[in-house]
Amino acid sequence: MRPHALDRVLGFLALGVALVALVLALVVAPPDAYQGDSQRLMYVHVPAAWTAYLSFAVVAGASLLYLVRRDLRYDRVAQAAAELGVGLTGLAIVLGSLWAYPTWGTWWTWDPRLVTTAILLLVYIGYLGVRGLSTDPGVNARRAAVIGVLAVVNVPLVHFSVVWWRTLHQPPSVLRPGGPAGAIPPVMLATLLVAIVAFTLLWAWVLVRRTRLLGHLAGLRARETGAEAGATVEHSEIVVDAAPERDRSGA
Amino acid sequence: MLDTARARLAVVGVAAAGVLGVLAVTGLQDNLVYYRTPSEIDAADTGDDRVRLGGLVQKGSVSRESGALQFVLTDGAYDVAVTYDGKAPGIFREGQGAIVEGTLDPQGAFLADNVLVKHDNEYVDGSGQTYEPES
Repeated sequence: MRPHALDRVLGFLALGVALVALVLALVVAPPDAYQGDSQRLMYVHVPAAWTAYLSFAVVAGASLLYLVRRDLRYDRVAQAAAELGVGLTGLAIVLGSLWAYPTWGTWWTWDPRLVTTAILLLVYIGYLGVRGLSTDPGVNARRAAVIGVLAVVNVPLVHFSVVWWRTLHQPPSVLRPGGPAGAIPPVMLATLLVAIVAFTLLWAWVLVRRTRLLGHLAGLRARETGAEAGATVEHSEIVVDAAPERDRSGA
Repeated sequence: MLDTARARLAVVGVAAAGVLGVLAVTGLQDNLVYYRTPSEIDAADTGDDRVRLGGLVQKGSVSRESGALQFVLTDGAYDVAVTYDGKAPGIFREGQGAIVEGTLDPQGAFLADNVLVKHDNEYVDGSGQTYEPES
């Protein structure tokens, strides 16, 4: 596989914005008057949570497209996005925990934000597990797509948990009615926004490359099974779908 | 044939999502009360049952004279005196939100075995400045 021109541009752009974000977060932005330097964890915790939300929105969109068009390309986008979302949700939890101890005085508590986020992580780990239950990529893709569409209700549940219920976790400072006015100094807000852009670019870079790799692997598998087609007739239960681009049962 | 199968799947899917949504919202609303406020606890909460109580640390109420950390937790209407045998955690300070876990004695005093600091969604730099757009 040769690197794609788009990947290069996206990769260098992401790297550049990430370096700017790093300088802003560590040097330019002041420490919070009460939390001190630990508040700088906001510049990675919030972007990790945001890109996790974005991942699961993409999983839902790609899953819906798969169910309508039955094209395994959409399924590969959903898989790549779900893998990213699981990793980023885990990252947001770990970074949140590191931020929680010096601020709240605990690494973990069973408040609604933390509980709904843990559920979000478990649901999408389950989603990735379901993807491997069958040897037929079409069956896996169909099951995963249904879950991918339904499971996205978890995202607003996590986001609004701090608004709907009493939590230890603070409510949003930026995505709140009235916007960020009065909640955060301009330099902190700018740093946060640049960090979010950096995370989003890196996220897009990984998503594009992972999706293309999955397509490449599916192509290899199709060629292998095509070559063995004559020899595997008696072992039909272990045959990988010879035409993975189309889900034949839905056509 | 396939169209009816797909339509059936869609109906089942939407129904399942709806039921899950209703269960989540109603169930969580009743049970997910992470903490109660001083106004919401009464004599029935005294004894061995653990209570999680949240409020603001009243200004001027924090003392460490007896060796334990003592402060008053208030929601504006009611106050509860809290004793905690330990170090003040996190960014604990007067005027800040706090959540305490422990038991309530019959006199209405709270013996905490855990104190958590509730941070609000406001961040300030050294000068206390926050973002205010020109209007």
